[in-house]
Amino acid sequence: MSATATSAPKSDADDPTDSNHSSGDITDAVIRFAGNSQDGIQTIGGFLAKLAGRSAREVMTYMTIPSTISGGASIFQVHLASGEVLSSGDEADFLFAFYQHSYDAHLSSLRDGGICIYDSDHVTPDTNDKRVRHVGVPITSITVEALGGTARDRGKNILVLGLVTALFQLDRTKLVTLIEGQFKRKGDDILRNAMVAFDAGYAYQVGDLLGESFNLKTGESSGADHVTTDGNTALALGLIAGGVRFGAAYPITPWTTVMEHLRSELPKHGGLFVQTEDELAAVTMALGMAYAGHLSMTGSSGPGISLKMEALGYGTMAELPLVVVNVQRGGPSTGLPTSVEQSDLLQALYGSHGDTPRVVLAPINVEDCFHTAVEACRLAKKCSAPVFILSDQALATRIEAFPEPDFESLVVEPELALETRPEDFVPYPLEGETRHAPPGTKMAGGKYPVVTGLEHDAWGHPNGSPEMHQLMMDRRRDKISKLAEDYPACEVFGDDSGDVLLLGWGSTWGPIREATIRARDKGLSYSCLSVRYLNPLPNDLADIFDKFKHVVVIEMNDKGMYGFGQFATLLRARYANPKIVSVTKTDGLTFKIKEILQRVEDILS
Amino acid sequence: MASATPAAEPEKLTKKALTADHPTWCPGCGDFAVLASFYKTLEKLQIPQEKIVTIAGIGCSSRFPYFVNSHGLHFIHGRALPLASGVSLSRPDLHVFAFGGDGDGYSIGGNHLDHAARKNINLTYVIMDNFVYGLTKKQTSPTSPLGFKTKTDPTGAIDQPINPMKKLVYGGATFVARTHATQVKHMMAMFERAIKHEGFSVIEVQSECVIFYPGAFDEGNPRKGGEFTIIEEKKWDGTPEDETRHDVSDNSAAFALANEEWPGRFGVYYETDRPTKNKLEQRWIDETKSKIGDASTTDLLKKRFDAMK
Repeated sequence: MSATATSAPKSDADDPTDSNHSSGDITDAVIRFAGNSQDGIQTIGGFLAKLAGRSAREVMTYMTIPSTISGGASIFQVHLASGEVLSSGDEADFLFAFYQHSYDAHLSSLRDGGICIYDSDHVTPDTNDKRVRHVGVPITSITVEALGGTARDRGKNILVLGLVTALFQLDRTKLVTLIEGQFKRKGDDILRNAMVAFDAGYAYQVGDLLGESFNLKTGESSGADHVTTDGNTALALGLIAGGVRFGAAYPITPWTTVMEHLRSELPKHGGLFVQTEDELAAVTMALGMAYAGHLSMTGSSGPGISLKMEALGYGTMAELPLVVVNVQRGGPSTGLPTSVEQSDLLQALYGSHGDTPRVVLAPINVEDCFHTAVEACRLAKKCSAPVFILSDQALATRIEAFPEPDFESLVVEPELALETRPEDFVPYPLEGETRHAPPGTKMAGGKYPVVTGLEHDAWGHPNGSPEMHQLMMDRRRDKISKLAEDYPACEVFGDDSGDVLLLGWGSTWGPIREATIRARDKGLSYSCLSVRYLNPLPNDLADIFDKFKHVVVIEMNDKGMYGFGQFATLLRARYANPKIVSVTKTDGLTFKIKEILQRVEDILS
Repeated sequence: MASATPAAEPEKLTKKALTADHPTWCPGCGDFAVLASFYKTLEKLQIPQEKIVTIAGIGCSSRFPYFVNSHGLHFIHGRALPLASGVSLSRPDLHVFAFGGDGDGYSIGGNHLDHAARKNINLTYVIMDNFVYGLTKKQTSPTSPLGFKTKTDPTGAIDQPINPMKKLVYGGATFVARTHATQVKHMMAMFERAIKHEGFSVIEVQSECVIFYPGAFDEGNPRKGGEFTIIEEKKWDGTPEDETRHDVSDNSAAFALANEEWPGRFGVYYETDRPTKNKLEQRWIDETKSKIGDASTTDLLKKRFDAMK
């Protein structure tokens, strides 16, 4: 919390003595809601995020959900600011604790002087703890009182939203509009209850108990409302924008919501997404759709991707365009299904048997999930091969606000090319791009193509001669490596040269960038870069590395046998550059800013 | 799902036009007759050549697509059906055929068979069952009879074999037939009915591996002293003899036939009319489109993004 009017901690804030209180402007707040998964605390966060998008604030959320259907501890953290938000926040400024276990587990997440608002019906706080300020609110009983008997305490999330609205002097009118929009379709009774709960929370004036409230400033408005959504939604819609109309998958956390979106959205676009009996059938069916002449896709999370690997090798051999999404989670095996990790990079590159060169991309934030999906579609068609998108659990579930994409320039309408193929048609010319003749295409020469997983000649006819295998291996590799020639230049944040380049990929971009900003504020010569194209690598990386004394690769995977994370291993193999060092972790949590700074300092000292 | 095929000139589809590479099968292999019957049936039905798609997994019989001059795909082991399903669902204008053996279909791909059947995907699947793994040179297959000696069961097979007819009827296939590679006329009749059936149609062909399981199907081959007994289907003519005939829409009757002693009877075990997944999905697409009207991709995405503001 960057407070422009700082407030000294008050130890006697528990006693509401005065209805007057002070109000100070703040530009940034990290609010953590800790409860159980069925309390709907995500709903509070969802509303706050949407409000941010409508009031020119930036937002990033962070949530944990237990891998159970109902019940289990759950948190939702919202980082709101009038300026740029790059991470979900190392420490919370405010904690709303719904239960004793929430209080016990999350009090330490509050910064010194932070404010803990606890449900006094459930929580007995440690009043000797003077590190933070405590405010008790009987959240459960005022919810029950406001809503009457049958609702019991359901609705306390919306009541807390009312408390938050008053405490941070948020735009009540806009929030009411949002609540109406969300609950109207659920029926009048539900909407009425939600409004009663919200008003009860709003009227409670928790600021009076605290002796102050906070005016969370709005940012500079660009005029248009921002979109607020999570990574999986952005990814699904990006695929549609990129021209995907067909696909197949099997449910697995945290991938599933991508397929749920596609299943519902694609019929609007005349397409179809199929839930298959297993992961093998999913990738296989998607390959069938690709063979049939469509740009198709499949996706999964770690275990499911492992199962798809044989068929993905076929995609490389038969040169079929296919987008493959891996929403990574903690591994190996079943691992940590609802935690974040970036440990499937080398699998994406090398996971199939034989040499299967393929494109691998990673989005850096929620907005980029959309754009990376569009780019993956473009590349899959261009090289007619499987293209991986490596998202992760943190990106999949967190909410960010961003400007609406420029659809006019991005949307690609799919085409089914069934015109008669000439007599000299060859699908796999030794020089030149792949040309398929999907079924339904007439062949002027009278000979019809058979697509195969066997090594084959330019016509696709099985041919396992030593010369042909080498020629085709060259062909499949070179068409992928050539893609790097058209990449946009890498953009280094900070200076083009200096002491330290922090290098990342995927969802670590926000924390890496924030760490760089903090280091630079302290006068350190830090810059940073996130690599979006992981295979083939951009051609300008070597020159960039030359301009820094140290290249520190930050990633959420294990340091392996030799002390380097997966991306660092790849970079060292590629550049044989000893200044590339590695900072890794596998605790299932996103990087904290101070963690990055400390670890980088340690490794360089 | 637009198809931009230009108006086709009526060209006669001939066996010659359909012939491609000479099969790699061993001389005497039952699969030759299956291939010949397939050509002849297509010739009879005059399906446009460019609309024919042949898809197979791995195994001797799965080389089939190379021997048919049509669009084709030779896939990985056991996954021909989900791939063929992807083609069928995303391109309803095509005639999709899948081919394979007992190992590919009942063992490594066994689960896909149940689900393609359950979903009633519109395609025709021909299983050339030879009771043995041939391409890998004589290992036990899921249909190898108990006691059959192979390199993986040197003292004889001990695992209960699959009953293909029961598996297919139970799985939900909407056309299930059984034929014999030496009975070309019957085989062609089964192919024709399967192709004309809308839905997931399967033909189990007993096709002898003359190298690793010679004589496996002699009991159903009159020329080898066996008996080829054809299922008499109900004619619904009210005659007393019709009472004893087989009702193809009755799955209990199909199970009863499947329980008959080896070599059992040949013909259509089960046939029913149930909406295909192709149709049901298309209905959803049509209903959705009629609700939202004619909107471009950009309009639809804009609307979707507006809802997230």
